[in-house]
Amino acid sequence: MSVEGHTKDHAALADDFNQDEPRVNWHDETLWFIREKRDRAAFAIPDWEMLRETASQIKFHTLSNLSQYLEQFEANAQANGIIVHWAADAEEHNQIVHSILQKHGVTQMVKSKSMLTEECHLNDYLEQQGIEVIDSDLGERIVQLAKEPPSHIVLPCIHLKKEEIGDIFHQHLGTEAGMSDPQILTETARQHLRETFLTRKAALTGVNFAIAETGEFVVCTNEGNADMGAHLADIHIASMGIEKLIPRRSDLGVFLRLLTRSATGQPITTYSSHFKKPRPGHDVHVVLVDNGRSVQLGREDFRNSLKCIRCGACMNTCPVYRRSGGHSYQSAVAGPIGSILAPNLDMKKHADLPFASTLCGSCSNVCPVKIDIHNQLYKWRQVIVKEGYADPKKTLGMKAMNMVLSSPQTFKLSGKAGRWFMKTVPFLVSNKMNPWYKQREMPQPPKESFGEWYRRNRKSNE
Amino acid sequence: MTVGLFIPCYVDQFYPNAAIATLELLEKAGVNVVYPVRQTCCGQPMANSGFEHLTKDCNELFVQNFAQFDYIVSPSGSCVLHVKDHLHSDTHEDQAQAIRGKVYELVEFLTDVVKVEKLTARFPHKVGLHQSCHGQRGLGLAQMSELVAPAFSKPEKLLSMVQDLELIPLSRKDECCGFGGTFCVAEEAVSVKMGKDRVADHLQHEAEFITGADMSCLMHMEGILRRQKSKVKVMHIAEILNAQEG
Repeated sequence: MSVEGHTKDHAALADDFNQDEPRVNWHDETLWFIREKRDRAAFAIPDWEMLRETASQIKFHTLSNLSQYLEQFEANAQANGIIVHWAADAEEHNQIVHSILQKHGVTQMVKSKSMLTEECHLNDYLEQQGIEVIDSDLGERIVQLAKEPPSHIVLPCIHLKKEEIGDIFHQHLGTEAGMSDPQILTETARQHLRETFLTRKAALTGVNFAIAETGEFVVCTNEGNADMGAHLADIHIASMGIEKLIPRRSDLGVFLRLLTRSATGQPITTYSSHFKKPRPGHDVHVVLVDNGRSVQLGREDFRNSLKCIRCGACMNTCPVYRRSGGHSYQSAVAGPIGSILAPNLDMKKHADLPFASTLCGSCSNVCPVKIDIHNQLYKWRQVIVKEGYADPKKTLGMKAMNMVLSSPQTFKLSGKAGRWFMKTVPFLVSNKMNPWYKQREMPQPPKESFGEWYRRNRKSNE
Repeated sequence: MTVGLFIPCYVDQFYPNAAIATLELLEKAGVNVVYPVRQTCCGQPMANSGFEHLTKDCNELFVQNFAQFDYIVSPSGSCVLHVKDHLHSDTHEDQAQAIRGKVYELVEFLTDVVKVEKLTARFPHKVGLHQSCHGQRGLGLAQMSELVAPAFSKPEKLLSMVQDLELIPLSRKDECCGFGGTFCVAEEAVSVKMGKDRVADHLQHEAEFITGADMSCLMHMEGILRRQKSKVKVMHIAEILNAQEG
């Protein structure tokens, strides 16, 4: 399928990724290891399934009353002294962040992990405005130095081997050539980032949870980098999608118990930091970003995708993601969840993603907020075809297939004319070569079909 | 009790032995089985590709063929799941709804409806069980490795009744094989890699046969095994449950 705006679709990029099979094995095993850690953490909690159900229902309730909770959050945050901004889309979000920095004459900013700013392409935008952004999450910093997007929402540089990270550090941070000792590389990054933390006047963080009843927000990190940035800077900007809300502080425990167990198998992130009011002389800004979320909220079949707490468990378990790599999705959020979120943002550009799945359903089973991801993938396929974004060749093939299958007479003739089924499927994709046969033998046609055997061996009921 | 035998199109065309074994197993269990000869396909290949709106004729045909039976049984978890989730009719929605409630995959029909407690089969081989995703996660034929819930497996229960059969363990007991309908050709590289990895798990654990309740997964893995010139064979679970070796 050709995808506008991209030169290659998921299948083509996955094919490239699979040219190096040992690397695919390594990528698959690395992520499967995390899936296994998640399993051990989940199985240590007997009420795990009830916890998932509770989280799912809290999110459902919140999304069903979103405007009310957003207004409650805004009022309480403002009462705490937080400055609240509303951004309808990515562009407005980027402009708001830029205007805050401009107002304070800031030209350098430190930023902890925020998938929303990846979605909005904030770094590129600020760079064009002459503002330098340094990502302080170690994985994010590594891909930033490599000039690559993150390939995973929780593990941004999971596609890189430690030797490759060593090369990047050698090039950019002056470590010894060939040095790939994780301890030394981490220490180098720590020293480099410490300098950044101490000299930046503005820090941007993401938001994991915003609590309507208190007007506070919670940021979860393992490295403490959000805290280092926010505490040392005069201005703290927190960017959040409007779906990050939960009603009460007492709901938070449900999500904190699920988030990191699902993400990495840890019981909780090292830091779960609450930000409620600015210190005297400091500013805290919250930017509430819609960017398509209210449209998704209006799509009944896809509304539940907004429950996502960005744990990445669906990526780690996805047999396709593990064997195609995050970059093959060409979306800030890759993997199964990205494949149901991205078409909402740009259906034409991301028309390939709902098809990058076998619909195996493992994603829905690990999801801590019980999003029916694989069912939504199926439903997106129907929408994309109806909206006319399917390959015309595929449409023709499907119509031909339907004609045969909906007529018993034609089906029998086709069957006798040479086991029609396997000949038809490859035709759907390409008539130059047969993708089935490239690495697989064809099934061997038997002497007779079951239908023929039945007529010979049992009485016909025709 | 009269059962309508639903044989998926590709099983009819390529794997008649799986269909014959299904028929014979049901007959041995004392069930009256009828195979409606005008059946073609459940429409899943179109629907999973995003063309569910084209499947109306297939659906109507399915309703005409199967509405009359007490149960509909098929040796394919995937096709059964499709019928359960997506069979509708503009003219006879009541019949379509009834069919959605009485269509069964063979294994679950044997364990849950017929309540088979013993078989007379013998199959003296090492067998690896491939859990198809639609059978397992869709129909609930076995507990899913992701869920914190008690273990069970309907296909394993039946295989344990087969004399001299040795069921081998797997490193990843319910990972997808990568067939995925038109995914197998549209995403050829990933599909094949998934299939190779699944086959390798069975080979590492010395399987002589790979079995399962979905012939489509097995067809995909068979294609890979034969390309590798492996001696390991695939065989539908019905054929093993109906086997009378030695």
